[in-house]
Amino acid sequence: MWFFKKKKTLEFPEFWLDYTQQFQEKLPQEVLGNTFVVLDTETTGLNLTKDRMLCIGAIKLTNNTISIKESLEIYIEQEHYDSESAEIHGILKRSKKIQFSELDALQQFLAYAKNHVLVGHHVSFDIAMINAALKRNGLPHLKNKTLDTGLLYKRTLLISSVLRKKESYSLDELAEKFRISKKDRHTALGDALITAIAFLAIKEKLKPKNLKDLFQKQNPPKFGL
Amino acid sequence: MKNTISERVADFLKKYPPFNILAEHQLQKLAYEVTIIHKENNSIVFAEKEAPHNYFYVVHKGAIALTKKGSQHILDICDEGDIFGLRPLMAHEKYKLQATAQEETILYAIPIEEFKPIALENHQVGDFLIESFASNTRNPYSIKHRGKLYGVSNDGEGTAENKLLDLQPVRYSTNLVTCTEETQIKVLANAMSLNSVGCILVTKNELPIGIITDKDLRNKVATGMVPITKNAKAIMSTPVITYSKELTITQAQMALMKSRISHLCLTEDGTTDTPAVGILSKHDVMVALGNNPSVLMRAIKRATDSKRLRTIRHSIINLLQGYLEQNIPMGLVSKIISELNDATIKQVIQVCIDQMETPPPVKFTWLAMGSQGRGEQLLTTDQDNAILYEDVPEDKKEETQSYFLALGNRISVELNHIGFEYCPAEMMASNPLWCHSLQEWKEVTSHWMGNPGPDEVLLSSIFFDFNVTYGEKALADELSLHIFENAKKYPQFLTHLASGALQNPSPSGFFRDFLVEQDGAHKDFFDLKLRALMPIIDAARVLILSHSIKSINNTAERYEKLAELEPKNQELYTACSFASKALLKFRTKQGLLHNDSGRFIALDQLNKEEKIKLKRTFKTIKEIQELIQVRFQVKNLLR
Repeated sequence: MWFFKKKKTLEFPEFWLDYTQQFQEKLPQEVLGNTFVVLDTETTGLNLTKDRMLCIGAIKLTNNTISIKESLEIYIEQEHYDSESAEIHGILKRSKKIQFSELDALQQFLAYAKNHVLVGHHVSFDIAMINAALKRNGLPHLKNKTLDTGLLYKRTLLISSVLRKKESYSLDELAEKFRISKKDRHTALGDALITAIAFLAIKEKLKPKNLKDLFQKQNPPKFGL
Repeated sequence: MKNTISERVADFLKKYPPFNILAEHQLQKLAYEVTIIHKENNSIVFAEKEAPHNYFYVVHKGAIALTKKGSQHILDICDEGDIFGLRPLMAHEKYKLQATAQEETILYAIPIEEFKPIALENHQVGDFLIESFASNTRNPYSIKHRGKLYGVSNDGEGTAENKLLDLQPVRYSTNLVTCTEETQIKVLANAMSLNSVGCILVTKNELPIGIITDKDLRNKVATGMVPITKNAKAIMSTPVITYSKELTITQAQMALMKSRISHLCLTEDGTTDTPAVGILSKHDVMVALGNNPSVLMRAIKRATDSKRLRTIRHSIINLLQGYLEQNIPMGLVSKIISELNDATIKQVIQVCIDQMETPPPVKFTWLAMGSQGRGEQLLTTDQDNAILYEDVPEDKKEETQSYFLALGNRISVELNHIGFEYCPAEMMASNPLWCHSLQEWKEVTSHWMGNPGPDEVLLSSIFFDFNVTYGEKALADELSLHIFENAKKYPQFLTHLASGALQNPSPSGFFRDFLVEQDGAHKDFFDLKLRALMPIIDAARVLILSHSIKSINNTAERYEKLAELEPKNQELYTACSFASKALLKFRTKQGLLHNDSGRFIALDQLNKEEKIKLKRTFKTIKEIQELIQVRFQVKNLLR
């Protein structure tokens, strides 16, 4: 029966198999028992096919603590280069930081992220960017569950038809709200830290019962009659 | 090793001793090892007698209270940049105090293993630590071990009950106002007024030789004894009584009492042969004692930044706790505390206006709404506020609104820093919906009253308790007048407002049991605000509005006024007034107990007497609701 053969999996590199292996283990149900990987990527632009990642920054959040030395900051070698956005991010093509190839960067990130929940501000963009990079290197999509602080934040605001709620809130707005210093805005790791602190503050406000509840809180509330 | 975050941590630590002494590479290395910890409100960092952690802590944001077990008294509050939990690590002993997060807090945990070599190697760091341990700035228990930093244990020290004033150093003003012997009286008096100080130091070659106080000006100049054209030498008191700058509060108190003067001059070594470093007034000592509202009031008025106001707020909470413990009448307590809150907000607004690039283009008022407007905000709850400004010509409209929005935004951020939470519904002056000119506000309120849907009723019930905190009262009066006229024009509005007051769920069930929350974060708690306070507050509002009485916002006072206006219902109204005070007290006590807004009550923690008291108010609530139902014919509306 040729169509049952797991032909494709054999072609994947070792590190990808290690990564997928992690998902056989279930995530703890309690929120506190989980490790959250808060990430942010700096990219050359917003186009998923044309633009590339410049840097991935990520930190681990375990039991409401962040260990600085366990954070991840990988700079990626560039082929595609757009001078306009490099100005924002301050990452120049030939900067002094140690740079890795895209594949090496992905490998490091997967080893770091494991099966943990990924948290980010408007996280779907970062995930899409990483997925695009994975695809370029002949790999499937990320398997991690994700949480978006942009969506979660909206749930902390009161629901009433009289209040004009914005469609989305920027990371700057969150930082202002929670009085987080914006000094490192537009560096991947700096944004990841701002997101992490905002996430902690939001989590305290929402008081989720368990992990499942926290995921559900990303959706607008349902009213039962 | 370093990364973006560790650089940021190093930048933060660099601002505070002893980290400011460290070499750049040492600091970078240390910062890389730091763990960032987020602590929820009321969570414990370490408990008394707990074995020491591998870390000591620096407060990055928020506040940590240090307490002794079995005592409600807070021994110390650690604020931004303060170090705590270091001594036990250095001395290899258990924690002597409990550290609890007073609010949401972010801590930097620094591993002792990395820090100790630096402290031992760098003399200045070691000296700083010895000094701070000994001079009790962060740990009042170690005075006896001056100079013995490492490996000394001190069990069974100290009494926790007094606030250890005899050990705390005084806070004095370092902003010295000085003049010379030759300075004219008029000139020096001007300098005193300009700096708003009550005394000026006369110096010669930087050494203090005399002092002139308000009293000298009154007794010697205003009486005509010395003409105003003379110079400082003629009226100064000399020699100056000087003390060393390392004075403790108790010592300062003694000194002021002994020499019967109101100001002490502090010099480098305590003699008149060294330059003066500061002036300590009676007032400074009183602030340190912190148990007197009028002193706190003056401290608020002198504060120039939110950081200072924040510490004053902690004293206000302490004062409130003391009042409740002593069972001082609630009416009085709420009045004092509201006044203090009010003054704090006023000061914040003043500071923010000064910080704006240009003064306000037109006159405006800052309105407090909700509980604060009613003078019922004892604990810090959410900030509900609005801005009302004078009408401007069409072409200036946009510019004016953007100015006041920017101002509102700045004020609300500063208020948040002091401890007033943001309003989750964004009912704040930083929101364009709550920042209008007089004409616009008139239109908005007319709209609410003319089209009273549930949302409009909700908004008006929040807004109509507005109270002027700052600025032009006349603007607010005009708006009130407009609202009363409209209330007569749209009689159905009152009916809707009354029905809004009846909408809250009843506090007790069929068997006269408490109704508790069915689900959510507060499952099995009793929602005091929604089920008891709101109905009684809403009822007072609609009744007072129907009588067109303005500028009485406090619920208890409203009922007292109503009792006066309607003698036939006097008994019920008086009962309501009592009930509202009792409920407010309940809320405040619960709030202090759990360090939150006190909205939700755990019923199993109430004793029998408290439960009976609470239930008694329910009967009153039921009666007042019936009265409203009949008077405003709400039934017609419901069916």
